[in-house]
Amino acid sequence: MSDLINASLKELGAALTAKKVSAVELATLFLDRIETLNPGLNAFIALDRDKTLAQARAADETLKVGAGATALTGIPLAHKDIFCTRGWRTSCGSRMLENFISPYDAHVVEKLAAAGMVTLGKLNMDEFAMGSSNETSYFGPVKNPWDVARVPGGSSGGSAAAIAARLAPAATGTDTGGSIRQPAALCGLTGLKPTYGAVSRYGMIAFASSLDQAGPMAKSAEDCALLLTAMAGFDPRDSTSLERPAEDYSRDLEQPLTGLRIGLPREFFGAGMDADVRAAVEAALAEYRKLGATTVEVSLPNSGLSVPAYYVIAPAEASSNLSRFDGVRYGYRAPEYGDLNDMYSKSRAQGFGAEVKRRILIGTYVLSHGYYDAYYLKAQKIRRLIAADFQKAFESCDVIMGPTSPSVAFAFGAKSADPVQMYLSDIYTISTNLAGLPGMSLPCGFGAGNMPVGLQIIGNWFGEAKMLQAAHQYQKATDWHTRMPEEMK
Amino acid sequence: MSLSPEDISRIALLSRIELSAAELETTRDQLNGILGFIEQLQAVDTTGIEPMAHAVDVVQRLRPDLVTETDRRADFQAVAPETEAGLYLVPRVVE
Repeated sequence: MSDLINASLKELGAALTAKKVSAVELATLFLDRIETLNPGLNAFIALDRDKTLAQARAADETLKVGAGATALTGIPLAHKDIFCTRGWRTSCGSRMLENFISPYDAHVVEKLAAAGMVTLGKLNMDEFAMGSSNETSYFGPVKNPWDVARVPGGSSGGSAAAIAARLAPAATGTDTGGSIRQPAALCGLTGLKPTYGAVSRYGMIAFASSLDQAGPMAKSAEDCALLLTAMAGFDPRDSTSLERPAEDYSRDLEQPLTGLRIGLPREFFGAGMDADVRAAVEAALAEYRKLGATTVEVSLPNSGLSVPAYYVIAPAEASSNLSRFDGVRYGYRAPEYGDLNDMYSKSRAQGFGAEVKRRILIGTYVLSHGYYDAYYLKAQKIRRLIAADFQKAFESCDVIMGPTSPSVAFAFGAKSADPVQMYLSDIYTISTNLAGLPGMSLPCGFGAGNMPVGLQIIGNWFGEAKMLQAAHQYQKATDWHTRMPEEMK
Repeated sequence: MSLSPEDISRIALLSRIELSAAELETTRDQLNGILGFIEQLQAVDTTGIEPMAHAVDVVQRLRPDLVTETDRRADFQAVAPETEAGLYLVPRVVE
C-alpha cells in the first residue's frame, strides 16, 4: 500500500483504469490513514466517511462503464475549508462559521467532483485565510508532519500537512499573499497559485478579492498540472473570471529546458534569507544550469514595499468582505444582546478571532474618511510600481526564481506575539499577488532541523504551463519531491 | 502618527466589533505597530502614478436580464440563526 500513498495522480489514475484498485479501496486507504495520523496533526477538521464512500462508489460505477471517466476519476482529494462544499460544514477556520453547513458548492469543488474526484474531507486553515502559520485557526493549529513542534505554514496549512503526511494525494488551496506557496515550501510540496482570474472564486469565502486565487497543492508539478487543468476555466458567476480558451497545463511538461532564461531578482537574494535556504536555492539553480537554462540578474526595486502595501490593501478589502458576517443570514450570533447594533458588535466580537479582528480594524481605518488617500490610494499606486517592475524584469527572462520563504518552518509561538514579524514571512510571495502573476513553490532540499526548503518560480501572466514545465524537468532530475516524513510512514 | 484610545473606539464602532477596556489597550499597541510598519509607504514618490485597484484590467461583464436562479429560500434560511415565516429575525429597529 505504501506505493499507493506515494503514487502520482497519473499512476493512481492508471491503477484505477486497470482495475488494480477501486475508488472505494483508495478512499478507504486514505480515510484509515487519516483516522490514525490526523489526531497528531489536526489537518482535517471535517470528515464524513459515508459521504466520501458514496462518492467513491459513484466513481467506481463511472469507471466500470468507461464513458464519462476522466484522468482524475476515483482519485481522492481534500478541500481547504474555505471552499463551500454542499452538505459539508464549511467553517473557514472560524467560530463564526462553526455550524455553517454549506447549501452549495464552490465552482472549484463542482469542477473537481464533475471530473470524478472523491472528497476525503475539509482541511484546517488560518481563520479566514489570515495567517502564515495556521496558529489563527479556531480549531487549533496544524502540526508540520516533518516536525510536530513546528508550524506547517499558512494559511493553507491543513492542505500542506495532509499531503506531506500522505493523508491525501492532493488538495485545494488558496493564495492571497502566499498561502499556497509558503505552506508548500514549509511542508516539502509542490503548490501553484495561478494567474489572477484563471480559477473561479465563486463559493470560495472571500478575504481580499483583488488578490485571492485558488490553486492546486500536490506532491509534484505533474500532479499540479493535471489538477489545474481540471480546476481552471471561465465561470460567469465570478465577475473577475477571465474568458479564455481552456488550456491543457500538462502540454509542455516534457519539453527540455534548453534556452530557458531564469531571472534572479537581486532583492530576493540579499540579507534576510537564512543561510540554509540560500544554499538549497543556489544548488537548485546550479541544477537548472545543468539542465540547459541560463540565469540572468534582474531587479524588482519596489518589491521591499510589497508587504506594507499588502497590509493596507488586503485588510481594506477584508474589512469590506467580512462585513457580511452580521449574525443575521448565517454564521454565529451572540447569545445575549440589546439592540441591532449591539447584536452585530457582540456577534462579531465573539465570532472572530484576534487576527481577523485586527485586520478588519486596520482595514476600516485605512478606508475611513480623511485617511483613504494617505493609505489606500497610496498603496494602490505603489501596487502599480510593483507590477511594473515585473514587466520590466520579464523583458530579459522567461521565469523568475528565488526562495519561497526566508526560513524553514519555525516553532509554534515563534512569531505569534508580533503581527509584523509574522507578516514578513511572506516577503517573497506577496508581490506576485499584487501583480496578479502566477507563482509556485517546489521542494529543493532540506535546511536546518532537516526541514524542507522551497524554490519559488514566478511566471508572467498565463505562464503556468512554462512554470510547470520548469518544475517538472527539475523534478525528473531530482528526488526532493518524493521524500516523505519518516514518522508518517 | 499614533492612534489614541478614542480613535480605537471609533474604528471599533465603525467595524461593529465590541472591544473590552483591556482589549482596547492591546489593540491600540498592535494597530500602532502595524501602522508604524506601513508608514514607510509615505516616503515613496508616486506623483503621476495611476492607482491599481485590481490585478488584471477587466471590464464589468453584462448578462441578459433573465431568471437564472431557482428558489432555494428554505435551504438558505436553514443556516440562519433565527427565521420565521421565511423572514430573518433581528431585534426591533422601528418602534
